[in-house]
Amino acid sequence: MKGWSQTTCGQAVIVLGMTTLIVLAPGFLEPYELMQATSFAALSMLALSLGFIWGFGGILSFGQAAFFGLGAYSYAVTSINFGDSTSAVAVAVAVPGLLAGALGYFMFYGRISDAYISVVTLTVTLVLFNLVNSTAGDEYRIGIAALGGFNGMPSVPGLNVPFNASAQLDIEQTWYAVAGFLVLVYTALASFLASRFGRAVVAIRENEVRASLLGYDPRSYKLLIFVMGGGIAGLAGAFFTAWGAFVSPTIFGLALSGEVVVWVMVGGLRSLIGPIFGCSLVKFLVSEVGAQQAINPNLILGAVLMVFVLLVPTGLVPLVRDYILTVILRIKRGPSSINTTEAVPAEERSA
Amino acid sequence: MTLLETANLTKRFGGIVAVNDVKLSIDRGELRCLIGPNGAGKSTFFKMLTGQLTPTTGSITFCGRQIAGASPHKIARLGIGIKTQVPSVFDGLSVEENIFIAARRSNTAETTGRVVRAIFERIRFAKKASSLVGQLSHGERQWVEIGMVLAAGPQLILLDEPAAGMTREEISRTAEIIRGLSTAHAVVVVEHDMEFVRMIAKTVTVFHQGQILIEGNVDAVMRDERVRDVYLGKKVAA
Repeated sequence: MKGWSQTTCGQAVIVLGMTTLIVLAPGFLEPYELMQATSFAALSMLALSLGFIWGFGGILSFGQAAFFGLGAYSYAVTSINFGDSTSAVAVAVAVPGLLAGALGYFMFYGRISDAYISVVTLTVTLVLFNLVNSTAGDEYRIGIAALGGFNGMPSVPGLNVPFNASAQLDIEQTWYAVAGFLVLVYTALASFLASRFGRAVVAIRENEVRASLLGYDPRSYKLLIFVMGGGIAGLAGAFFTAWGAFVSPTIFGLALSGEVVVWVMVGGLRSLIGPIFGCSLVKFLVSEVGAQQAINPNLILGAVLMVFVLLVPTGLVPLVRDYILTVILRIKRGPSSINTTEAVPAEERSA
Repeated sequence: MTLLETANLTKRFGGIVAVNDVKLSIDRGELRCLIGPNGAGKSTFFKMLTGQLTPTTGSITFCGRQIAGASPHKIARLGIGIKTQVPSVFDGLSVEENIFIAARRSNTAETTGRVVRAIFERIRFAKKASSLVGQLSHGERQWVEIGMVLAAGPQLILLDEPAAGMTREEISRTAEIIRGLSTAHAVVVVEHDMEFVRMIAKTVTVFHQGQILIEGNVDAVMRDERVRDVYLGKKVAA
């Protein structure tokens, strides 16, 4: 049974809904809120990259923050050097994509098992953290861009009109650019999953041995989606840095690596809209709670994670999706026969 | 005409010799049964044919090519399909998606649909096309797996205990499906159920302690004294 959102019709509804929200948002949000929404869109793209490789490819990578951070630094260095954000965004996709390619090659072709892939990717994040953290001296420069070590890199240029560095985007235009790219990436991933390659990726997640006995090489498919996930995380990192005009080594920290996993779990694995929704919801809650200054936001984050792991292991979006599907089928077939839809498979957790 | 040939095929796990110096040859269009008690080396033999295990020594020639030690996906692309002992299917996907994945690798987007429909007719599964494979009975999952193997269009089909855990009716339907297969493919079946073997086989090869004990016509093999000792005798005693 195909999930409702995996059908073409479902995808069209989701893309249309997202686009409408994006177009209308500047109308009813204050500039400050719109800026916050822009950062949510960039982080949602990071969540989407993990949701893609974890939910559909079965690869639990704790290294998405590494690709995100590498994309952020690549953007900062390139845009400070050239002043133009166009090439900087491209570099921010390419560099993490290349690292993902090299890392993925050794992990998948070296037949490292799933649990160790999580460990290796986490380690890579920490290595990058320590590496960038120790570049505080003035001698650590790439071109005219000083890496700044633990102080980070301030005054990173924002996004500009492609190939026209003097035309900086304002708050509203930046929102359209970042959120627009989020929808683009979403649409691209959805069409990939509907293609023969995407279906093979899901089959490999389900049963790697069977897929290889049918003639699919699991290693090459895993490498492909890992590189895609790395590139998307890098793009997200570029947008996040362009939005904040600042990047520091904390971007490689454990906190973010862990947080992404929480977003995806709350929104729902095995759905592309789930990670986007989960990220926006959790970030919104945390910022609201933070503004009240009554409870530590991290406490809320932990509590949310506990509730979801114990009570809603599939995440919010699949829960709602299956409910809608049940209702639709009930209307179609009459109230008597709904057996097939009630039996939604228990999610297999491969941690 | 010979499709598959093994020579001196041996697999050792530490001090244990699971398969010892096996020489076996399968012709195009042949239907062969491998029998033998548990631990005789039948499944290990299959795993070497499909690339899941690398032989310690010996050669496997398929369509004139050396395939010993090649990766499973490369061997599969050459045209060997296997139904494993424990059903190996995509449990989280629908029956249709399972068959599609199998058919799509070697077919174009246009021909895949036709192949999938033909398979559904063959395993008579059209009604359950959209059911999740994980929710089907053990017997049904075996058929889905056989359907997947067929959809990939192999020249040689290996079936490891296709009737295990099936009801009487399911067994006779499986036998019917297998007899249908052997008109267009070479089929090798590993099976314990002697009644089932009689339903399908002409030539039988008996494995014992990793070696081939005897090979011949099904009735001749069943009458053989040694076969009764190692295999049938044990079954009666149990």
